[in-house]
Amino acid sequence: MSGWLIKGASLLGAEPVDVLIRDGHIAEIGDRLDGGSASVVDADGLVMLPGLVDVHTHLREPGREDAETVASGSAAAALGGFTAVCAMANTDPVADTAGVVEQVWSLGRDAGYVDVQPIGAVTVGLAGEQLAELGAMATSAAKVRMFSDDGHCVSDSRLMRRALEYVKAFDGVIAQHAEDPKLTVGAQMHEGVVSAKLGLAGWPAVAEEAIIARDALLAGHVGSRLHVCHVSTAGSVEILRWAKRNNWRVTAEVCPHHLLLTDELAATYDPVYKVNPPLRTAADVEALRRGLAEGVIDVVATDHAPHALEDKECEWGAARPGMMGLQTALSIVVETMVRSGALDWDGVAERMSRKPARIAGLSDHGLDPAPGVVANVTLIDPEARWTVDGAKLAGPSRNTPYAGMTLPGMVRATFLRGEPTVLDGMLTEGLKR
Amino acid sequence: MARRAHDQEGQPSVVREILSGSDISRVIDRIAHQILEKTRGASDTVLLGIPTRGVGLAARLAERITTFEEVDVSHGALDVTLYRDDLRRRGARALGPTDVPATGVDDKRVILVDDVLYSGRTVRAALNALYDLGRPSQVQLAVLVDRGHRQLPIRADYVGKNIPTAARETVSVRLNEHDGVDSVELSGGAG
Amino acid sequence: MISHLLSAADLDRDFATLVLDTADGMAAAISNREVRKLPTLRGRTVVNLFYEDSTRTRVSFEAAAKRLSADVVTFSAKGSSVNKGESLKDTALTLQAMGADGVVIRHGASGAAQRLTGWLEGSVINAGDGTHEHPTQALLDAYTIRSRFGRLEGLKVAIVGDILHSRVARSNVALLSTFGARITLVAPPTLLPVGVSAWPVDVSYDFDTALADCDVVMMLRVQAERMNDSFFPSVREYSRRYGLDAVRLARLHDDAIVMHPGPMIRGMEIAAEVADSARSVIVDQVTNGVLVRMAVLYLLLSGERGTTA
Repeated sequence: MSGWLIKGASLLGAEPVDVLIRDGHIAEIGDRLDGGSASVVDADGLVMLPGLVDVHTHLREPGREDAETVASGSAAAALGGFTAVCAMANTDPVADTAGVVEQVWSLGRDAGYVDVQPIGAVTVGLAGEQLAELGAMATSAAKVRMFSDDGHCVSDSRLMRRALEYVKAFDGVIAQHAEDPKLTVGAQMHEGVVSAKLGLAGWPAVAEEAIIARDALLAGHVGSRLHVCHVSTAGSVEILRWAKRNNWRVTAEVCPHHLLLTDELAATYDPVYKVNPPLRTAADVEALRRGLAEGVIDVVATDHAPHALEDKECEWGAARPGMMGLQTALSIVVETMVRSGALDWDGVAERMSRKPARIAGLSDHGLDPAPGVVANVTLIDPEARWTVDGAKLAGPSRNTPYAGMTLPGMVRATFLRGEPTVLDGMLTEGLKR
Repeated sequence: MARRAHDQEGQPSVVREILSGSDISRVIDRIAHQILEKTRGASDTVLLGIPTRGVGLAARLAERITTFEEVDVSHGALDVTLYRDDLRRRGARALGPTDVPATGVDDKRVILVDDVLYSGRTVRAALNALYDLGRPSQVQLAVLVDRGHRQLPIRADYVGKNIPTAARETVSVRLNEHDGVDSVELSGGAG
Repeated sequence: MISHLLSAADLDRDFATLVLDTADGMAAAISNREVRKLPTLRGRTVVNLFYEDSTRTRVSFEAAAKRLSADVVTFSAKGSSVNKGESLKDTALTLQAMGADGVVIRHGASGAAQRLTGWLEGSVINAGDGTHEHPTQALLDAYTIRSRFGRLEGLKVAIVGDILHSRVARSNVALLSTFGARITLVAPPTLLPVGVSAWPVDVSYDFDTALADCDVVMMLRVQAERMNDSFFPSVREYSRRYGLDAVRLARLHDDAIVMHPGPMIRGMEIAAEVADSARSVIVDQVTNGVLVRMAVLYLLLSGERGTTA
């Protein structure tokens, strides 16, 4: 194996150096390295980050292969600079048994573009009534550590408490979709001035905030790890700040779309802007950016939610919620956080790689490039701009809310265990194992 | 009597006054007399003006007839917009008033009144509108100006003035009721 | 000029006035005559696409289109709810292939009319979309008020009832405020949207206070499905606090009028004797509905797309 010599990459935004990759690991970092027979990648002007890690992806397989497969979602992830993604459990069948999580895990291995780490369901069939076999999933080949009923909230307080307690046995974490279902019956968009005008049933911020507050209290009470999915309101940021001040083991994610888009877009009635939790107000966007910059919100997660055409080309009320996000996440973070100076590249690495890897328990990911470390890295051209076109994104779905937008930051190359999954911005054949 | 003006393209064009205020008064008097003569006293006659300026003309004619012979001639307005044949090509426009005297038009002699007779299409629309209102015993047409270029087999029974025109020329009728002044001008001809 | 009528909020005062004036013209053109039909839209096809039962609105549009000599095709898609059956997009493509010049759509989903405009070329007229808007209802209400008072500017209008779920309320708030009327919404707080603070209206929870110097009282229906969903304790309490009965009617000044978009629930939001009283213009609303819809069809469907003068 001859390896790869990456010349002149700026590690996390520092001065350019050469990085030599051999045998799946980073062999050497320094000036003017001699790579011998290694293939050379010219990284002049590119920033090297540890491979991005997404703790919240919907890969749709099994069940909705017409919207996305593990293979197509893996490809999208690699093109977006990711080396690991956590696949949500709301498939059909639901990933609530060892069998299903192992299936997803092995499909990810076969695809060979990213490490696909399945997330297990908290309750059987996501029904919120009975705990799924969390332990069996934890000890399966997929080694599940993160559990979530995402798409549904574990709203029963007693059940949530039990789940938080139970996963302590294997250092698991419950990732909560915070939405009090009684407050969001029929909800279509953020409840406020815009929903009042559009006549779309409102999804009030309090439905999210009340659950986060309750869960933070529960996590504090039983000493368990809680992860809050897709935080979307200014009030949620304040509750998280309070929880962290109490040193409770609470982490939280924000989605790129909640860092950029607002509920005003619903006025188009184009369901490409329909997502759960919904797009909020400009004030919420501002608070989320600040929360992410300050670390109150720990990580960025995509909530990549591809949908078949017919599920979006319809009335707003009939459309399924969700947006694609894997290939645009980094650009949105550059646009909203890096350009404003709110985050530097080390901050981006912390929020899109290191911390997500720690939350998900992925020991080979989220490691800054250094000799001896597994070579999961991505190379980004921070100056390049590209125009999003749904038809050109990987996978069968098209539901990107950014179509037509020109965004900064392009992924030029991604390496998974020392092998390129993306080179010159193009997908390779991936790792064959 | 000519003055220079500018058309829409900014080209200078000549504006010629065809009828002055006093000319118009005389013409209306004459038509009123002709109506009385031709209709043998204007009994059972309704004057329906076609908006916009036909309405004012109909009112003036009715007033003159009453003055000359002390007969009451009813008058009103008949909007033809909804009957026009160029709606598809030119699109919707604001409607004019329709105001038919309470006696209706059945078995009446209806005299349609308009300012300018040109292609005849407006009169065609007016005839259709009129026949949706009822069944007049007779229909006649009075116009202030006939400028020619008929596209339909229509002629006026009473004409204030025949003005030979070119198709690119514009006849502008202004009446006190709408424009604060009485005049007929021809513009757009070669300077 | 606009090519679709999706929302009363899209209308500026000039265009809205043109619609009302045109409705006046329609009234003049067809009143007191044998042939109550105009040739204006001959050869044009108007499709009534109704996903919800609404006999009165459908019949009103049908009468309006037929009086203008348009060909009317009724496409009753009731039962094909938003989640099953042919998709709205496929239906739109079908109508497009049929050469529909105008599509009048009533649909249970807010924004359905706007979605339709992306899928076909004809003019789309919103005849009620979910809890969003019902612009022709607001236009006919404005027309009815103007016919009574000769103006809209400065009039005090109370809109009473389930504002939260009412497309009639949304359209009337937008249109009547454009015309300079002063609007007070009267409802229990549970039936007002959270975002109502941004609307150009006053809000009152007390019908009796709001009633004092009203020129127009517009009553809204409370739909059956709201009655058992904790928006208010009981029908009786609602009726007592927000119903228009003879006692409240008597407190209105002499010229004030009572409106209702229908269908009414007599005894619930409006007492029978109120609905039938001399102040009630509810029957006028129905008559005027046809005139206003004729005006809208004429203004939108005459001319090729974009050629309207």
